[in-house]
Parts: sequence; structure tokens; C-alpha cells
Amino acid sequence: MGETEEVRLLGVWFSPYAIRPKIALRLKSVDYDYVEEDLFGSKSELLLKSNPVHNKVPVLIHNNKPILESLNIVEYIDETWNASGPSILPSHPHDRAQARFWSAFVDDKWFPALKAAAITKSEEAKEKGMKEVEGGLLQLEEAFVSISKGNPFFGGEAIGFMDICLGSFVGILKAREKLKGEKLLDESKIPFLCKWANEFLSDDTVKNVVPEIDKVVEFLGELEVRAQSAVSKT
Amino acid sequence: MATGDVKLIGSWASVFVMRARIALNLKSISYEFLQETYGTKSELLLKSNPVHKKMPVLIHADKPVCESNIIVQYIDEAWSSYGPSILPSQPYDRAIARFWAAYVDDKWFIALRSILTARGEEEKKAAIAEVEERTDHLEKAFIDCSNGKPFFNGDHIGYLDIALGSFLGWWKVVELDASHILLDETKTPSLFKWAERFCNDPAVKPLMPETAKLAEFARKLFPKPEA
Repeated sequence: MGETEEVRLLGVWFSPYAIRPKIALRLKSVDYDYVEEDLFGSKSELLLKSNPVHNKVPVLIHNNKPILESLNIVEYIDETWNASGPSILPSHPHDRAQARFWSAFVDDKWFPALKAAAITKSEEAKEKGMKEVEGGLLQLEEAFVSISKGNPFFGGEAIGFMDICLGSFVGILKAREKLKGEKLLDESKIPFLCKWANEFLSDDTVKNVVPEIDKVVEFLGELEVRAQSAVSKT
Repeated sequence: MATGDVKLIGSWASVFVMRARIALNLKSISYEFLQETYGTKSELLLKSNPVHKKMPVLIHADKPVCESNIIVQYIDEAWSSYGPSILPSQPYDRAIARFWAAYVDDKWFIALRSILTARGEEEKKAAIAEVEERTDHLEKAFIDCSNGKPFFNGDHIGYLDIALGSFLGWWKVVELDASHILLDETKTPSLFKWAERFCNDPAVKPLMPETAKLAEFARKLFPKPEA
């Protein structure tokens, strides 16, 4: 290439969505500047300028051009640095469609259900929500077995698109287990996904990218306190 | 391409099904269209999309592909040497197209739909204001993406044109329902002209349902609450 590539990533340390481009950039051995946004403070000028529609992280800025939405960013990284590292998306069109389908399932159905169940004050809604989350994990277990074909990852021997998508939430699941005793990664129910989760966390491209579980536990606890004090103020 | 090889489960009225059909037309792929009956879901649909039980489902060589935008990308990739490219060629332009297509589904369509489901004038007015604001964003997106050309994708219709354009039939129906113009020639002139070009494209024209027929269907789908 020859020219100096300017690659910047705007994120917050806690965000599973911001973890995704970090892993992708690691897979492709791309150097970048990381800018930590203030989660509870004001958003930086750069963020507001780069993402005027949603004002959200992550944002990848490549040679002054902003790319938005975590999975979009991962695909962009895969396509732009296609000669470097493993392919993040599978090569066959049907496998690519599968990867996109399951990642849409995780982002549009599964994680929103977990978030809603975590926030709700209604015991009934929480129970119903958690059932949906567990059901989703069973579906993902089945998908993993079919897609991985005996390999350690959805992507095969190396981490791929779907691993990045679902894997970015593993930290939260483990943290919630410590904080709430909520055992979603249950070896008796989803043995393959549990094994996959540990493989994912110990992979070289992931190890120093995902935050430490104890830090996440502390953060989740803090979030809860803030939410409760906000309620008591109204 | 043998017809037996490609099937599409869908309905004439569905925006999402239309996306898949436009893409297949662009690639000149012949397919068997399996029309679902309103109110029921066929065995094949339930078997091919057990997770969401929704159309469209593309079945190619017995393998199902679900979710309209994923199907469009699949069609572009599986038949990459047929017809024009549906996704732009440059990674950055592809990222932009995907971003705005997601915006159409996650933000714009939700606002449009809430006009139909609004209870009372206040709610309807608020929904209309939201649609107008979001359509304004899409006008700016069009100017940026098209770069002076007739479509979001340039010279030919592409991924983002399909994502938004497939709503044009319903867009008109919602306008009638709300008695309020939602694609305004003076407020969003570029989109207004684009809409006409899109509807006249040979890949789209035979698929766009008649407004009256769609409006009648809309009354079934979104019955008005008793006064």
C-alpha cells in the first residue's frame, strides 16, 4: 500500500459493540489509535461529527472517513484488509448468509431480550424474558454445532464473524453469573457453546481486548446503583 | 438457470418480499414464486424459517436463506457474474449503503408504521413529524450517495435503492391514510424524483402493487379501532 493509513476507533471499554472492531483489527494486524469516549460524561466533538445520526460508538475512522455500526465496521475491515489475516466472513455465499442471519438474531432478538429482562422491575416479565434468552441460547447451540462442523469456532479453525458477534457478549454473561448467580452459560444445557465461550476468551486476538470479568462485574454493579438512584430521584 | 432451482416464499403485498424479487429480476433469475395465503403460514415456510417463521424465504438448491436484506446480498454474491452489482464495489460505499439500509428498517419504517397504528390525532401528528424528520435524513443520504447520479447506487438501482424503494407502495397508502403528503416534492425534491425513477425501473415496475389494492389490504392488516 505504501501510504500512511490513518485508523482510529472511538469506543467505550465496556461496550460489547466496541469490542467487535477491536477483535477484527487484531485479526487483520491493523494498527490503530483508540479513543475512549466518556460513558457518563459528554460526547466528544469527533464522535458527534462522525456519527451525527446516532451519536453512538463504535465509530471507525479510516483516512478521515467514518464507518458506523459494529457489524458494518467488521465487514468493512474484512473487505478493506482482505489480503491480511484470515477471512472474517466465510467465503461461500450461503455460509455468509448464515453468519449474517445468526448475527442479526443475536443483535435484534437475543440480546435485546436479555437487556429487557435485566432492566424490568416486573418479576413476571423478567421470568418470561429469561426464558426467551435461554431458548435463544439453545437455538444458538444448535446453530453452532451445525456451522462449526466439529471445529472450535463458528468460523471454523479461526475466529470469524459470528464468533465476534456473539463472543462480544460472553464477558457480560460471565459477569452476570458472578454478580447475580445467573447461570446462562450452563454446561448441562449448552455444552458446545460453553466450550466455545472459553475457547473464544482464550484466543490471542481476544485475550487482551475484552475487559476483565471482575472489572465488568464492578461496572454492572455501579450501573445498577445509578439506575436505582435515578428512580428514587423521580 | 433452471426454475426448479430457485424458489421464493412470499406475498404480493410484502415490502420485504419485494426486495428479494427486485434483486432476482436485476440478475434475470427465474424462480418459482410461492404465494403465502394471508392469515396462515405454509408448512414449507415454517420448515424453512423455523426461527422467525416469516417471509421472504429464498430457497436455492434446497437451502433456505432468510431476512430480506440478507437475501438481497446473497443474490448479489451467488450470481455475481449475472447482471449489474447490487452492492457498491468499494468497501466504504458498501458500509454506507448497509448503514442507511439498517436506518430505513430500524428507524424510518418504524416511524412510518406508527402512523398506521396511531391512536388519536396527537399520536398521529407526532408520528408524521418523526417520519418527516427521518425522510429528511434520507434526502441528505441520497444526495451524498448518488453523487449526481439517478440512484443511491449510481447509474443502476442497488442495495439501498431496493431497501427504501420497496416501501414506495406502502408509502402512498400511509399518505392516504394520514391525509398528509409524506414524500414532498418541495421538501425532499431529490427523493421525490428518485421515487418516480425507481418505480419505472423494469426490475421494479411489474412488482409494485396498485395503491387501491394495497390500501384495501392495509385496512385488513391495520383495522381502525371502533370510534
